[in-house]
Amino acid sequence: MDKTVSATDRPILSVEGMSVDLAVPSGQLHAVRDVDFWVKPRETFCIVGESGCGKTMTSLALMRLLPASARLSATRMEFDGLDLLTLSAREMSALRGDRLGMIFQDPMTSLNPVYTIGDQMEEVYLRHRVATRKEARERAAYLLQRVGIMSPDLRLRQFPHQLSGGLRQRVMIAMTLMCEPRLIIADEPTTALDVTVQVQILHLLARLQQEFGMAIILITHNLGIVARMADRLAVMYAGKIIETGGAVEVFTNPQHPYTRGLLRCMPGYGGGGGDRRLGSIPGLVPSLIGEIDGCGFRNRCDFATSDCASGDLGLRALGAGHGYRCRLEPGEAARLDGERALS
Amino acid sequence: MLRFVLGRLLMLALVALTVSFIGFGLLRLSGDLAAVLAGETATTADIARVAKQYGLDQPLYVQYLDWAGKALRGDLGTSLFTREPVIDLIMARIGVTITLAFSALAISLIFAVPLGVVAAMRKNTWVDRAVLTFSVLGQAIPSFWLGLLLIYLFGVTLRWLPISGSDTSAHFILPTITLALATMPALMRLTRTGMIDALASDYIRTAWAKGLLPLPVLFKHALRNAILPVVSLSAVLLGFLLGGSVIVESVFALNGIGLLAFDSIKRIDFPVVQSILVFLSFCYIFLTLLSDLINAKLDPRISL
Amino acid sequence: MSPADAKPLGPQSMGAELMAPSPREEMRRRAKSHAGLIFGVAIVLLAVLVAIFAPVLAPYDPYDQDLAKRLVDPVWTTGDWSHVLGTDALGRDYLSRLIFGSRISLMVGFGAALIAGTIGSVIGILGGYFGGRVDSVVVYLINVKLALPGLLIALSLVSIAGGSVGALVLILGFLTWDRYAVVTRSVAQQLRGSDFITAARAVGASQTRIILGELLPNVMNQIIVIASLEIAIVILIEAALSFLGLGVKPPEPSWGLMISEARSFMFFKPHMIAIPGFAIFLLVIAINMAGDGLRDVTAPEGRN
Repeated sequence: MDKTVSATDRPILSVEGMSVDLAVPSGQLHAVRDVDFWVKPRETFCIVGESGCGKTMTSLALMRLLPASARLSATRMEFDGLDLLTLSAREMSALRGDRLGMIFQDPMTSLNPVYTIGDQMEEVYLRHRVATRKEARERAAYLLQRVGIMSPDLRLRQFPHQLSGGLRQRVMIAMTLMCEPRLIIADEPTTALDVTVQVQILHLLARLQQEFGMAIILITHNLGIVARMADRLAVMYAGKIIETGGAVEVFTNPQHPYTRGLLRCMPGYGGGGGDRRLGSIPGLVPSLIGEIDGCGFRNRCDFATSDCASGDLGLRALGAGHGYRCRLEPGEAARLDGERALS
Repeated sequence: MLRFVLGRLLMLALVALTVSFIGFGLLRLSGDLAAVLAGETATTADIARVAKQYGLDQPLYVQYLDWAGKALRGDLGTSLFTREPVIDLIMARIGVTITLAFSALAISLIFAVPLGVVAAMRKNTWVDRAVLTFSVLGQAIPSFWLGLLLIYLFGVTLRWLPISGSDTSAHFILPTITLALATMPALMRLTRTGMIDALASDYIRTAWAKGLLPLPVLFKHALRNAILPVVSLSAVLLGFLLGGSVIVESVFALNGIGLLAFDSIKRIDFPVVQSILVFLSFCYIFLTLLSDLINAKLDPRISL
Repeated sequence: MSPADAKPLGPQSMGAELMAPSPREEMRRRAKSHAGLIFGVAIVLLAVLVAIFAPVLAPYDPYDQDLAKRLVDPVWTTGDWSHVLGTDALGRDYLSRLIFGSRISLMVGFGAALIAGTIGSVIGILGGYFGGRVDSVVVYLINVKLALPGLLIALSLVSIAGGSVGALVLILGFLTWDRYAVVTRSVAQQLRGSDFITAARAVGASQTRIILGELLPNVMNQIIVIASLEIAIVILIEAALSFLGLGVKPPEPSWGLMISEARSFMFFKPHMIAIPGFAIFLLVIAINMAGDGLRDVTAPEGRN
């Protein structure tokens, strides 16, 4: 993907030390634990991880749409020059749908069934811009075309239940673009769609990014999507980012045993050897309730030692923005994997 | 589509037919109606005479067809008690009952919907618990007892309001409140539940993500969805208010058709009773049809 | 420390609590902390005990008239403990009548609910499970039932059949089955496509076996919750019928009847209507809370 994202661009989003705690019957659930990342303008940043790793909570935290029982804390949360932590509710709502957009996972339920597509698209525009209904409608029609929907005027008059899942997701994307956001958060935008449609939507997102120039945070559990879409990525596990860096770099030189394990689970990874068996990572994610010491992955890690049970592992830098959170030395995991393969 | 509508109409027609037959035949279940009417001291000849006089010697289905034929032409028979045409009796009193029912429903909705919305928004706080408690209490109070208590409180102790008769609109205040309190709990809970579900839905999350302000999210998006079942319930409740007004009419001495029906039942004035039973049933059928139409209008997912 | 001499760790080292409590344990935990359920069940049990042990608990025979001691005030006015709640217009001890009245309310309530529950569930399950023509008939029956004005029909039937407790149980049982039918039909419809039903059919189980063995246990939960709420409704209806004079007949101590008999003295002896009314109110609240609590504990998601 050829994108002109210069190395010296100031990040459009900077997050430092973000944590999200949820009050649950048995205590505090630490859904997101001390997470740092940034996103540059016009780049696609992927957050990868399995269910429950905290990626959705992270996205909701950015939008400040967390449930009432959640507590957000962060050292820094800056978007486009604004401090997200200190904005009032009113200021935050002015930001959402305007400069900061979000696409959700299930298009079947994300649109209000009793209003037309046109009504729902126009209302975003009218909320954030001074415009007439007509202008809003024209923009909506224009965007429906840009997302590949034929006969936009007809669709604007229709209700959500009259559209297929793929069409609805295109509508959601168009709706998010109404006010030309600088950043779009897409939470598993293709998971609920048919496989053939998934590819189309991803293509669409990439093309729109070229055209409209927004940054995208793409949240997914699917490494195939990451491979296709990401400029940079962060791998989350048990609420923490355990590896981050440029997509190419992380895919070719993964350091963290979990990342390596994930990549092994991908069919076709590694090319070359035809006799590759599909890997799997045995074990279960640990509970995030209460205090958690040491590395959250150690109960499933082939290389864990008693050292891994305590202490707070910092992010080890490998240069060029590539960092990972493990006690293993750079390249050590690869070497250990090689030894085990031979033994 | 057409098949569905036709099927529905057929069902309604069948129901209407059955219900009219039941309403018609109910009082005749008491064995020999003629004997009851003739009185305890009647001789067999007297009973036979009475039977002939009221057409009770005919087979049931003949009586029914005879009555139905006349009813369709507006002749609902004559009251055994007052000798007036039944239709006149009903017409004279229907106004009271309809006024009562509609006012009660209106008051009920005016209070129940906002309370339900507030309870849903402040779920699990004291506001919510207060609303739910009120709902529980309201459902448990016997309406006749409530009526009497209100009479005692407002009519006697405080002497603010009239307590019986239906001369002025002030006479309707206490009865309306009594009935409204009976229907409020169900509407409150339904609104609350509907709002809770709506507020938890994905499309509301989308609305927040679009940066919409709280008022549009609450009313334009959430309530609009939550209100659908409330409309249906309102139609049903209206039918229930029309049919169940006898208690309140009795307590407050209001001259509505509920009280008319009750008095007629006691007097075995069967022409009046059967007409009212059938009339109320038809009202209910009509209301459910109306509710379906309104639902189809409000919910684009339903197409008629 | 080299990797060679470090001890590899396994899943047990995390001490992670991944086991969720079993559904039964969950229910028990919820039940124990559900104030409404505990309160409701406690009061209902109390009422049942009072009803069972009425002859022992009541200081007098409820039918015993003492014309010399008519309209005696309760103990808080007279200070006289021989008639704690005073006497009624025929000198009968109010407390004793109140105690024995609980029998009527509970018997009619539970009895009618049993009949209505059986009728309604059978109809609903058959319609929901079999669909097609059978369901059309069921829908037709439900619609007919819903269209008929229940209260007036009840009044009519009582005027024909008399006001014995047995008659009331039957009449109310046959007039309140619709809710059971509607809900069980809906549940049966949802369940009939589910895997365990299909599995039972694949194994060759007969329809009867499937309905009784597989379907019914799954619907039972809902039936019980509805029943608990319907019992309260029947109690209220019986009270209203008795109040109107077409329910339980004197000299039975139905609470509704007691209120009606006290009506003429309402203005200078308000306690005579307040006390029985409060008894109805309390019992109905308790039953409603127990029912709500039951539903919360067995299916908290089904709070609709």
